[in-house]
Amino acid sequence: MAYNGDSDPRGDPVPTAVKLLVAGGFGAGKTTFVASVSEIEPLTTEETITTASIGTDDLTGVGDKQTTTVALDFGRITLDAQYILYLFGTPGQDRFWFMWNELSEGAFGAVVLADTRRLEDCFPSLDFFERRGTPFIVAVNEFDGGHRYGPEEVRAALDLDPGVPIVLCDARDTRSATSALVTLTKHLISVAPTTV
Amino acid sequence: MADSAERPLLDDDAGPLVRPYMASGGRTAPTASLDLLTLVWATGRLGPTQLEAELGEVLLLCREPISVAEVAAHLRLPAMVVKVLLSDLLDLGAVGLLSPDPAVDTTDRTVLEALLNGLQRRL
Ligand SMILES: Nc1nc2c(ncn2[C@@H]2O[C@H](COP(=O)(O)OP(=O)(O)OP(=O)(O)O)[C@@H](O)[C@H]2O)c(=O)[nH]1
Ligand SMILES: [Mg+2]
Repeated sequence: MAYNGDSDPRGDPVPTAVKLLVAGGFGAGKTTFVASVSEIEPLTTEETITTASIGTDDLTGVGDKQTTTVALDFGRITLDAQYILYLFGTPGQDRFWFMWNELSEGAFGAVVLADTRRLEDCFPSLDFFERRGTPFIVAVNEFDGGHRYGPEEVRAALDLDPGVPIVLCDARDTRSATSALVTLTKHLISVAPTTV
Repeated sequence: MADSAERPLLDDDAGPLVRPYMASGGRTAPTASLDLLTLVWATGRLGPTQLEAELGEVLLLCREPISVAEVAAHLRLPAMVVKVLLSDLLDLGAVGLLSPDPAVDTTDRTVLEALLNGLQRRL
């Protein structure tokens, strides 16, 4: 096939990207989680967002733009020849909420990390995904010195729907973090509508 | 490295010698629509040495299909700057790109099964 801009010159099909998100409150372990499961060295990339400011007089005619830079955690897992999984850690700071819409566009699902010392910090993430209809699971990160909760205690504390899986996880451990992703994927399969 | 003078953006020790926005010639808006997950790859029509240093650096990273986010992270440049550089490469025909389908079916079982199998193999 000739180079036509939509196929790799080596003739291999271009892989399909599958996107999952890793969310949670400030310091919940998002960066650690993405780094643990990623096959590439932990990468942080900065996305520059341009927001046209609203309500300003535009006398210059060039428009009044403001740019903000957001750091994103970013990881990759090659699933097979056809699919690559990309993981994005969502920005923890509240002022970057507007970034979440763009990030969750086309995302298959999310892991919400809950820090047992501050369970309530993950409420905004839970609300966001519930409202958006993005399926998610809760991974309870058991920090040293944090209170040890059982999954059902966490469910009650977070007022979670009985259908939402809860796993205990150590974001620093590759196996533990990877199995949280497996749980998420099984959940995604279970909530996916069956084709007739 | 022989051509180190032409590789100002990747000097890890000294940090970037050129301010990021200089790398894109002061331009701040890419001409092509690129997402962080847009995959880009070198078409082979132009080699890195046929290009300005910054564009050559980007092209080198695109030997295998790679996402915009990865290019940005490797070059330690903001994604917007990388998007500008990549759209230049696209205009030159040096790279091909495939953007994620905004209408992707996130409940596609074939994809979900591939995801599950790929993850379970790593356990
Ligand atoms: N004990 C324990 N410590 C963890 C775990 N996950 C992360 N940590 C530690 O908690 C600290 C914060 O983790 P980060 O991964 O930086 O958290 P984050 O969510 O990216 O933080 P922000 O980006 O600042 O919101 C680090 O020192 C980690 O080593 C875990 O599962 N268990
Ligand atoms: Mg972080």
